[in-house]
Amino acid sequence: MDRLVFLLSTGLARGAVLALFALSLVIVWRAARVINFAQAAMAIVAVYVAFALTAASGSYWLGLAGALAAGAVLGALVERGPLKLVPRDTPLPGMIVAIGLVMVLQSGLAIAFGPDHRPVRAPFSQRPFLLGDIPVLSAYALFVLLLAGGVMAVLALLFGRTSLGLQLRAAAFAPETSRLLGVRVPRMVTAGWMLSVATAALAALLLVPTELGLNPHAADLLFVNAFAVAVVGGLDSPLGALIAGLAVGVLVSLVTGYVSAAAAPLAVLGLLTAVLLVRPGGLFAAKEARSA
Amino acid sequence: MNAPTSRLVLRAALLTLVAIAATFALDPFRNYQLATAAGCFAAVAGLTVLVGLTGQLSLGHAVLMAAGGYGYAIASTAAAEALPGSDALPFLAGLGGAVAVSGVLGLLLGLAAARLRGPYLAGLTLAMVIALPSAANVIPALAGDQGRGAPFFPVPEALSSLIAVEQWHAWLAIAVAAVAVTPLAAMRRGRAGLRMRAVLGDETAARLAAVDPAKVKTGAFTVSSLAAGLGGAVLAVATQSVSPGAYGLGFSLLLVVAAVVGGLGSIGGAAAGSAIIVVLPWLVDSAASALPADLGQRLNGNLAVLLFGAVVIAVTAARPGGIAGLPRRLPRPPFTRNTRTPETEPNQNTER
Amino acid sequence: MSTLTIEDLTVAYGDGAPVLDGLDLHIGDGTVLALLGANGAGKTTLLRALTGLVPAGGRVLLDGADLTGTATEDRVRGGLALVPEGRSTVVELTVEENLRLGALWRHRGAARRAAVAEMYELFEPLARRRHAPGHTLSGGERQMLALARALIARPDVLLLDEPSLGLAPLVVAQLLGVLRETASRRGLTVLLAEQNVTGALSVADRGVVLSLGEVVADRPAAALAADPALRHAYLGF
Repeated sequence: MDRLVFLLSTGLARGAVLALFALSLVIVWRAARVINFAQAAMAIVAVYVAFALTAASGSYWLGLAGALAAGAVLGALVERGPLKLVPRDTPLPGMIVAIGLVMVLQSGLAIAFGPDHRPVRAPFSQRPFLLGDIPVLSAYALFVLLLAGGVMAVLALLFGRTSLGLQLRAAAFAPETSRLLGVRVPRMVTAGWMLSVATAALAALLLVPTELGLNPHAADLLFVNAFAVAVVGGLDSPLGALIAGLAVGVLVSLVTGYVSAAAAPLAVLGLLTAVLLVRPGGLFAAKEARSA
Repeated sequence: MNAPTSRLVLRAALLTLVAIAATFALDPFRNYQLATAAGCFAAVAGLTVLVGLTGQLSLGHAVLMAAGGYGYAIASTAAAEALPGSDALPFLAGLGGAVAVSGVLGLLLGLAAARLRGPYLAGLTLAMVIALPSAANVIPALAGDQGRGAPFFPVPEALSSLIAVEQWHAWLAIAVAAVAVTPLAAMRRGRAGLRMRAVLGDETAARLAAVDPAKVKTGAFTVSSLAAGLGGAVLAVATQSVSPGAYGLGFSLLLVVAAVVGGLGSIGGAAAGSAIIVVLPWLVDSAASALPADLGQRLNGNLAVLLFGAVVIAVTAARPGGIAGLPRRLPRPPFTRNTRTPETEPNQNTER
Repeated sequence: MSTLTIEDLTVAYGDGAPVLDGLDLHIGDGTVLALLGANGAGKTTLLRALTGLVPAGGRVLLDGADLTGTATEDRVRGGLALVPEGRSTVVELTVEENLRLGALWRHRGAARRAAVAEMYELFEPLARRRHAPGHTLSGGERQMLALARALIARPDVLLLDEPSLGLAPLVVAQLLGVLRETASRRGLTVLLAEQNVTGALSVADRGVVLSLGEVVADRPAAALAADPALRHAYLGF
C-alpha cells in the first residue's frame, strides 16, 4: 500500500513532464502539421545552455530562463533554416531533415561537452516527504507538478484567450483563409515552433535531475514516451496530451515499481501499438481531424 | 522466368562473382569491413525500396536486423548442438531462423504500417528501437545486454589453404546479401513495384485501379524486413554474436543515412550508401586518433555522425536523388538502348 | 473610395494554356461590378490572382499602388478583401472568433468590440449563434459569416466568389441586399463573381462577361441584362 501511494505520486510528477513534452509535440503538429523528430535533440541543446548558465551564474532560475529562450530561438532557426529548404507537401523530406538534425546536434554536443553524464542538481530536495510514515512526493516532484501545471495553464490562456492564440489556431487549421483575413501565417508557424521547442526544453530541463544526468541522449526516451502520449491523446488535442501524459507517467511508474525498469519501455511500446492499431486518431480525438 | 528477370538474375550473379573475386585483393580487415558492408547493404536495400517506393519511413530497421541476428543465433546454435560436426547445416538453419523471426516481426509491423501514415509509422518504429534493450532483458531467449553468441563457421578444409577466415566470411556475406537483394531488385522493377508507386502516388486512385494499398504496404514492409533480417544474419556470422547494444538508435539512423545518401529507391545507391556508412566512420576515426588525445577522443565516433547528419540534410535539400541520381544529370548519349527501368522515384518529383 | 486596375494579367497552371490571358480591367470608385461567365471562364482564378493566392503575370494596382509580388496578407492589409468560394468558415473556431480574426489587424480594443457588434447588427442570425462552433453553422450562416468577416476589416475593394452557390433563393436575396446596401453606404468597390446572373446584375452597376480567360463584354448592368444574344451566347439562358 505504501509502495502504491509512493509509485502513484512519483508517477504523477513523471507524467507531468511527459504531458509537457507531449504538449510541445501537439503544438508543433497543430502549427505546422509535422512531428518534429528532432524535438529531443533540440530540447537537450537548450538544457545544455541552461546548464552552462547555471554553472556560470549559480542561479537555477537564470538557467531555466535561458533554456526557454534557447528553445525558442532554436525552434525559429530550424523552422526558418533547414526545414525551409525541403518541400513540405509530403512529410518524408521534413522527417529526414529532422533525423539529420538529430545527428548533427547530438554529435555536436558530444564533441563540445564530451559524452559523459553530467550530474545536474535539482533546485529542491529530491527526498520524499513522509505522510505519516508513507513516503510521498519530494519537494522537487511538487515543484515539477506545479511548474508544469502552471505552464500548461498559461499555454491554455495564450491559445484560448489572446489574439495571438486566435491567430495561431486559425493559421494552423486554415492557413489560406487566415491569410485572406490578414493573418501573417508564416510568422504564426514560426511562433508555433518557438513555443513548441521552448516547452520541450522546459520538460527536458525538469526531467534531467531525476535521471542519470545530462547527456546528449538524455531526452531520447522522453521523446519516445511523449510521442506515445501524444498519439494516445490525439495529436490535435492538448487536453488529450495532459490526460494521457499523467496516465502514461503513472503506468511507467507502476511497471517500473512492480515489474522492472526494463519492462517500462515495452509497456509503452505495447500501449502505443495497441492505440495505433485500434484508434490511430487517439483516444481523445472528438472528431475526424482535418487531413494533414 | 521472363526475359527481364533472367537478365536481372544473370547480372546479380555476375556482380556477386565480381565481389567475391574482389575479396582476393583485400587484406583481412578490409574483408571484415566488406562483410559488414554486405550485411548493411541487405538491410539498406530493403529500407530504400520501402521508403523510396511506398513513402513509408522506418526508423527501426536496426531492430529488424537484430531480429534476423537473433533468429540466426538461436537456430544455428540449436542446429549445431543437434548435429555436431557440421558447419554448413547450422549456417543454413540459422538463415532459416533469421528469415522466420524477421519475417514474422516484419509482417506484424507491416500490418500496422498498412493502417498508418508517415509520421506515425516512423514514431512506432523509433519506439521499437528504444525498447530493444528492454526486450533483450525481458525475453530470456535474447539473453540480456550481453546478447547471444552464434556458432563460428570456419573455412571449409578444401579452401583453408587458399583463403583466411575473414575472406570466407566475406564470401558468405556477399552470397547472402545477393540472395536477399536480388528479389528486391526484381520486385522493384516488376508489377509489385508498379503497385507500390501507385499507392505512393495516390491511394484512392490506386484503389480504383484494383490495387489494395493495405496489402501493398504490408507486403512491402514484410519483404523489406526479410532483407534486413538476412543482413542481420550476415552480421551474426561475421561477429559470432548479436546484442542489443549493436543495434541501437545510432545504427538505425545510419541505415536511413545510407538509403538517403545512396538515393531513395535505388539498389545501387543502397550499395554505395552501405559502403559509406561502414568506411567513412572508420576513416574519420583513424584521422581523429592522430589528433591530441582529448580532442581525438571527443571526435571519435561523433565527427562521423555529425558529417552524416549534415550530408543527409544537404542531400535531401539539394539532391534528393542521392548518389544514384548523379549519373542522370549527365547528358545521355543518343541512340543508346535503354536497358534500365525508367527511374521514377516519386520522391524526386517534388522539386519544381 | 478606391479603384482597382488590372493590366495584362496572365495566369497559367503548369504548362497548359493560360487560364487568364492578358486581361485588362479597370474598376472605379464605389462600383459594384458583376463578373459573369460559365464554369471555367476564369472567374475564380482572377479573384485568386488579385489576392496573390496564385502567381500571375501582369500588374494589379490598388489606388495606383502596385501590388505585384506582395504577399496575400499584405494585400488584405492594403484594403483588398476576398470572400472565397465555399464560405471558408474556420470550422474549429466559433462565430465570434471568426469575426474577431477578420478584425484583428484593423481594430484594437474597444473599436474591435464595436466592429463585431456592428456586424451582429447587420447580420442578426449571427448574433444569436455567436458562441456556436463553425462546424455547426448552416450554409447561409456560413456565407453571412464570411461576408461579415470580410466587411469587418473595412476593405476598400471587396471580391466575392460565388456567394450564392448552394443557398436558398431567399437567403441569396437577403445577402445581395445587404451587399448592395453596404456598398452604397460605404462607397465600397465590389467585384462580384457569380453564376447567378440575374441576381448579380440586379445589384450591380456594371457587368463584365468573361469567356476562356478574356473579357467578351463590358457594359452597364441593365444593358447587359437586356441583351438576349449575349445572354444566350455566354451565359446560357
